[in-house]
Amino acid sequence: MNGIMNWIRRHLVAFAALVVLAYLLVPNVIVAVFSFNDPEGKFNYNFNRFSTDGWTNPCGTAGICDAVGLSLRIGLTASLVATILGTMIAFALGRYRFRGRSGTNLLIFMPMATPEVVMGSSLLTLFLMMGLPTGPLAILIAHIMFCISFVVVAVKARVATLDPKLEEAAADLGATPFQTFLRVTLPLSAPGIAAGALLAFSLSFDDYIITNFNASPSSITFPMYVWGASARGVPVQVYVIGTVMFLIALTVVMVGQLISNRRNRQVA
Amino acid sequence: MGESQKGDLHLVALTKTFGAFTAVQPMDLTIPQGSFFALLGPSGCGKTTTLRMIAGLEAPSAGSIRIGEQDITATKAHQRNVNTVFQSYALFPHMTVLDNVMFGLKRRGDKDARRKALEALELVQLEGLGGRKPAQLSGGMQQRVALARALVNRPDVLLLDEPLGALDLKLRRQMQIELKRIQQEVGLTFIHVTHDQEEAMTMADTIAVMNQGVVEQIGDPATLYEQPRSTFVANFLGQSNLLRAKVVPGSPREGVALVRSHDADLEVAVDHLPQGASDVWLGVRPEKLRLGESGGPNRLRGTVRDVSFTGVAIQYIVRMPWGRELTVVQQNDGSARATLGEDVTVSWAAEHGFALDASQDADAGAMVEDDV
Repeated sequence: MNGIMNWIRRHLVAFAALVVLAYLLVPNVIVAVFSFNDPEGKFNYNFNRFSTDGWTNPCGTAGICDAVGLSLRIGLTASLVATILGTMIAFALGRYRFRGRSGTNLLIFMPMATPEVVMGSSLLTLFLMMGLPTGPLAILIAHIMFCISFVVVAVKARVATLDPKLEEAAADLGATPFQTFLRVTLPLSAPGIAAGALLAFSLSFDDYIITNFNASPSSITFPMYVWGASARGVPVQVYVIGTVMFLIALTVVMVGQLISNRRNRQVA
Repeated sequence: MGESQKGDLHLVALTKTFGAFTAVQPMDLTIPQGSFFALLGPSGCGKTTTLRMIAGLEAPSAGSIRIGEQDITATKAHQRNVNTVFQSYALFPHMTVLDNVMFGLKRRGDKDARRKALEALELVQLEGLGGRKPAQLSGGMQQRVALARALVNRPDVLLLDEPLGALDLKLRRQMQIELKRIQQEVGLTFIHVTHDQEEAMTMADTIAVMNQGVVEQIGDPATLYEQPRSTFVANFLGQSNLLRAKVVPGSPREGVALVRSHDADLEVAVDHLPQGASDVWLGVRPEKLRLGESGGPNRLRGTVRDVSFTGVAIQYIVRMPWGRELTVVQQNDGSARATLGEDVTVSWAAEHGFALDASQDADAGAMVEDDV
């Protein structure tokens, strides 16, 4: 008995870590497991029978792949535009002193702090007033808007650690401002930019509330599709796509970790 | 003649102001091609600003910079054939050592970049380390990479901004000798900014001593040390004993003038005396003073207040009857030592003294070294 208590005491940290990990991962595991289910009725709540139907035919439910495709297109475009704009804003805020800098610094947090419901409805009002129809373009503009904040925060943190002397050294060695940016500034801020881009993509891909306000009946994104389906019964394909997204995210994070580990090992 | 002047660096009335603050007063300076030139001064004296203007990293407020006949004042840093070794080295952390060294050559599209870079690494004794990242090298090695990265481009002028500041004392001494060797080997113009007077004197052919944005004196190390022209130079380069004195008209001997300080008649070489001065500071270096009468005709009596033994030398503080304390450094050469409280004679030769205009602050430059 005493031996067991001691063993637990010694491994308490590992034990706690496992519990937390399980807490975080169980939902994902459930999704993955149920993606192999052949549900009895409309609802995929009880594990009935093992089946790979969902995996062999991921587009088997009407509209699902259109929805995923739209979400991917919006996500990629929004994160690309937001990353470019956000990176430029981050450099401006991190490097230069100008009128309105502190104001901009504050305002950049607004989209992060505003409740999504409020932002979604006010954006809808704005778009309608401007005569911009709801649909993919309205959704894209809205997504770019809130993604920029997250990119700025991620890139600014990185820019703050960059030594401005490195850019002076590049200029001193004959690099034009553009070459300096391309060969010194950009590679050194790449980790921050990549983090910002990934964050922007996952936020855009995932967004339901703001998207829903600004969508038209023909522009159904993946989160909207899932939400709509949940009332009638979620098809297995949703679980399949969810699992795939989770695996892709996991791979990206692991590759990122590997790269940074290798870098750190070289540095140490 | 024409050949040797082609690459001389000329600063003409070069000025830098930041708002109301003048960092560099109008400065005229000619630095001959191939020389090892030091800009020496305490922090905030404008030496780094001057360097940055030559590099093109700071735009002058007025004046011009020429290399030979070519005016480069309006050109940007990347257009100048001038390279800098930064105090913090500023090596690109994401590139290998070799890529760092090749950076300048590649910007100019040099086909031979790799071979030249490897040669440069050999010159700074880092052969075989080209594949490493800067962070894998020690501070001294990083310093060498920074040097190789700059001199591989064969710049008209190579600027060194306190390059040895971050190294420990032993490594610094070693690098001083090394830098001097490399400069002689490659024959480039080196301009070295430093606040360390010993470093400047060890390495430079010519030193410009700067204070508060003004060049106080330019000369070779020996002249600056033996014949400083201001109390600032006298105190900043080594230690000086300064005595208030009045010039006595007439001359006791050929080439020697007489000054009177606290009832003592003291001789000083005429060419060490500023023209037309009547009130002066008479300066003597501590190691030129002798305890006893062996030093020369100039004699003062005082009491030993402090004795400190440093191994190679013994330093005495001798208090004059009027309160002034003189520092005397005596080589540990077996000559008789004085003891604490002893009354002694301090003597020195006429040619070992120098006289400075008395309107200056006797302590200028004395404490600055402690600040940095």
